[in-house]
Amino acid sequence: MQQHEFDIIVVGGGGAGLRAAIAAAEAGAKAGSNKAKPLNIAMLSKVYPMRSHTVAAEGGAAAVTRPDDTVEAHFDDTVAGGDWLAEQGVVDYFVRHAYQELVQMEHWGCPWSRKPNGDVQVRRFGGMKTERTWFAADKTGFHMLHTLFQTSLKYPSIQRFDEYFVLDLLVSVQQQVQGVLALEISTGELHMLYANAVIMATGGAGRVFRFNTNGGIVTGDGMAIAYRHGVPLRDMEFVQYHPTGLPGSGILITEACRGEGGLLVNKDGYRYLQDYGLGPETPLGKPENKYMELGPRDKLSQAFWHEQKAGRTGKHHGSDVVYLDLRHLGKAYLYERLPFICELAKAYVDVDPVHELIPIRPAVHYTMGGIETDAHCETTLKGLFAAGECASVGLHGANRLGSNSLTELLVFGRLAGEQAAARALQKGVKVTGLEQESQKLHKKWQTKLHKLTDTSQEARSWVPIKRELVATMETGCGIYRDEQGLQQALDSVRRLQAEFQHVRVGDNSKAYNTDLLHCLELEFSLDVAEAICLAALERRESRGAHQRLDADCTERNDAEFLRHSQVFYVPGKAAKLKWQAVDTHISAPGERLYGSAGSAHAGAAAEVQREPTEFEQKQRGKKEGSSDGGE
Amino acid sequence: MAANKGMQQALVRVKRYLPEEQQKTQSEPFWQEFTVPFDESTSVLDALNFIKEELDPSLSFRWSCRMAICGSCGFMLNGIPKLGCKEFLRNYSVRTSPAQKNTATNTSITASLTVEPLAHFTVERDLIVNMDEFLIHLEAVKPYLIAETSTQKQLQPSLQTPAQLAKYKQFANCINCGLCYSACPQFCLNPEFLGPAAIALAQRYNLDSRDTGKAVRMPMLNSHNGVWSCTFVGFCSDVCPKQVDPAAAVNQGKVESAKSMLIQMFKGSTAHEL
Ligand SMILES: Cc1cc2nc3c(=O)[nH]c(=O)nc-3n(C[C@H](O)[C@H](O)[C@H](O)COP(=O)(O)OP(=O)(O)OC[C@H]3O[C@@H](n4cnc5c(N)ncnc54)[C@H](O)[C@@H]3O)c2cc1C
Ligand code: SF4
Ligand code: FES
Repeated sequence: MQQHEFDIIVVGGGGAGLRAAIAAAEAGAKAGSNKAKPLNIAMLSKVYPMRSHTVAAEGGAAAVTRPDDTVEAHFDDTVAGGDWLAEQGVVDYFVRHAYQELVQMEHWGCPWSRKPNGDVQVRRFGGMKTERTWFAADKTGFHMLHTLFQTSLKYPSIQRFDEYFVLDLLVSVQQQVQGVLALEISTGELHMLYANAVIMATGGAGRVFRFNTNGGIVTGDGMAIAYRHGVPLRDMEFVQYHPTGLPGSGILITEACRGEGGLLVNKDGYRYLQDYGLGPETPLGKPENKYMELGPRDKLSQAFWHEQKAGRTGKHHGSDVVYLDLRHLGKAYLYERLPFICELAKAYVDVDPVHELIPIRPAVHYTMGGIETDAHCETTLKGLFAAGECASVGLHGANRLGSNSLTELLVFGRLAGEQAAARALQKGVKVTGLEQESQKLHKKWQTKLHKLTDTSQEARSWVPIKRELVATMETGCGIYRDEQGLQQALDSVRRLQAEFQHVRVGDNSKAYNTDLLHCLELEFSLDVAEAICLAALERRESRGAHQRLDADCTERNDAEFLRHSQVFYVPGKAAKLKWQAVDTHISAPGERLYGSAGSAHAGAAAEVQREPTEFEQKQRGKKEGSSDGGE
Repeated sequence: MAANKGMQQALVRVKRYLPEEQQKTQSEPFWQEFTVPFDESTSVLDALNFIKEELDPSLSFRWSCRMAICGSCGFMLNGIPKLGCKEFLRNYSVRTSPAQKNTATNTSITASLTVEPLAHFTVERDLIVNMDEFLIHLEAVKPYLIAETSTQKQLQPSLQTPAQLAKYKQFANCINCGLCYSACPQFCLNPEFLGPAAIALAQRYNLDSRDTGKAVRMPMLNSHNGVWSCTFVGFCSDVCPKQVDPAAAVNQGKVESAKSMLIQMFKGSTAHEL
């Protein structure tokens, strides 16, 4: 086993990991000017950093930019968008630091799209009151990731370990994080890296579901690793379905399409969103923030579900779909603003958006929950920080607004890097018995990997377990959920966890044993899936992305559930769930309304007089019937 | 992807290389054939994943995004560098002849292709090549914005008009897939050659209105392994999946390089007068 000593370790080379590493390097350089040497930073990633899934983000990154916009408005949109389950102090910090981070990206060379006079351009995004989303055509994540990666090359104190697969954390008997254990993918060798501060930036877990917009590497590893050391996973039941994925592959068609004026229609060509509390219909070419196609993602995905039930969806190669219409935007505009979307639609569904409708359907997209951290990105485990999609710093609550998370990577990646640097520079972090702990950890994984690749035993593939897992999650933890389905899903996941114990990979080679890596990822995914199912089962209300159909659960219920769920790992036993208070000290929970109802509520516009739709009548009926809720 | 009824069959020949087996048996890289079901939507990457999950779990290759943006899945397909996730089996159809009848499943083969690791890189295992050989070149050109920012400016974004953006935007679209290196005969002869993507990236920053680092980057481009190594074959631009047109960057680089070398000569004799 090779051993390396560092001051800070960053696990993950996506947007959050890179931003954290740069911040730590800069903090170290500052401290280094009056000390002997700067901080040494290791950044490990199971893929080359520019392959990380941040690369796939298309739409943009939010920050208050226009003179007529305010941080209070961004705060309100985010808190209401998250159905009051966001940590309000955290949101407040976020909206105040968002702009400065995007400007920093600009100074590092990010090719933001511009107005004719050279100013940065902003676009509309779902659930946002006004235009505040910065973008680089429709490849924002790609450009941000490459800008960050290339900028990171300036800092000699960042040492990369590309294609190192992190297996576990090294924790001292005093319960302080002291490093990580990683597998060098090219050789199969184990490496122990030591540091007083470790930052998890391992991304989301969308691959736990069958139909999703995520890359193959997005398997929840970091969440499971922290969880296994007693750090709670928070708000895991909130899984965002993006309303517009391509049928078959799940490849994302960005919300920016709707921000630019794209329409959603059902098989009859009808703009069905007006029937689901998002109307009235906005005229062609005049999209309005928070109306119709620019409603929030959870509401749009739910509307699809109702259309599907009502038989008003079309078919594309066996999938139920609705359609995204961009034709009226014209070729020139589409090629300027949405070139990647045109390329993807052509390649993956053979559709030319200039002339044809793009078939789309909801797909799992984003995990709002994750490794619980405080407002300074530190977890309950001393020395362990987390940032980005793997973390639950409390920004998104029950539903994330599009374009908030690319900014989150920057704001909280930077904060995590600075906090980790402060921790690394702290004197007197006392640990004893580290050598034994390190040897124990090494031994444990050696034995485990040996067992998994033991070819004297009959190979038992992980593939059927993975297939059943992703199908189970799709059925049990879909857009709408109920007690029975969730219980079944939880039972299935637990059975699959047990079955996993018998898995043996057929490949026992050392170099690039991808069979083994996929198998290890599956084990992480199983833990994450258990947490999702358990939290979803116990949250007997409907809030944001978590919607239940069973009686008594169809409404938001603040009296009982204005609380975060926390799932704790219990070695060898079923996971445990606890509830945690939510910080609502700035904005008291209110009703979450969009379309004309939202405007009327805000007093911003007169309510448009019209007959309530069948869906709205039902919703109102339900409301009158229910007594709970502090709305 | 499951093998459904109504699917067609493709014959996929994959170049394998198992370094550890190698030590034991001293054997060379070898070809392995697989029959893979496919329909209109099956990409080459889907086919490889089918092979891995259903037929031979030991087959190793890189992938992640499956949407042609992460740059992981470059392979030689029928000898041409391509992204596996952006190529479809439907485009490799063959006319069925009795000879191609697959006797085992008794179905006709309607498509066939060969998959090899990217050319000109060291093969590590199966379809995985050494990407550090590519990254070294990328890092060499100082691919980051070099600029003095005053404290005043730090609080606000710099201005850049759409026209200024358009100057370098295309070169900023490189996904680092390495296909152009597999297409480049010079890189094959001289692995030290900076190569198309690295030169495109240098130009991406040289042409950025916010950058002042050209002088720092030019020595690399001027050097023996810089732009002058290129004999202008142009195949790099043909294979680029993102229309980066690295050949254009190399050409522009040559012009810049000629200019900067002239200036250097000029400066050498008259620097004190400037
Ligand atoms: C298709 C798509 C489009 C999106 N569009 C937008 C948008 O327009 N706006 C917006 O705000 N948000 C968007 N999002 C969300 C946003 O892009 C992600 O939340 C964000 O990029 C996640 O970044 P990250 O740094 O946390 O993780 P990632 O970029 O996923 O990086 C995770 C890193 O961790 C590493 N890692 C993971 N496990 C291990 C391990 N075991 N060992 C070592 N390394 C490991 C990986 O190698 C990788 O480097 C989009 C998401 C998707 C999927
Ligand atoms: S220039 Fe094109 S082919 Fe070359 S690495 Fe970049 S994207 Fe790939
Ligand atoms: S898998 Fe990302 S480019 Fe093909």
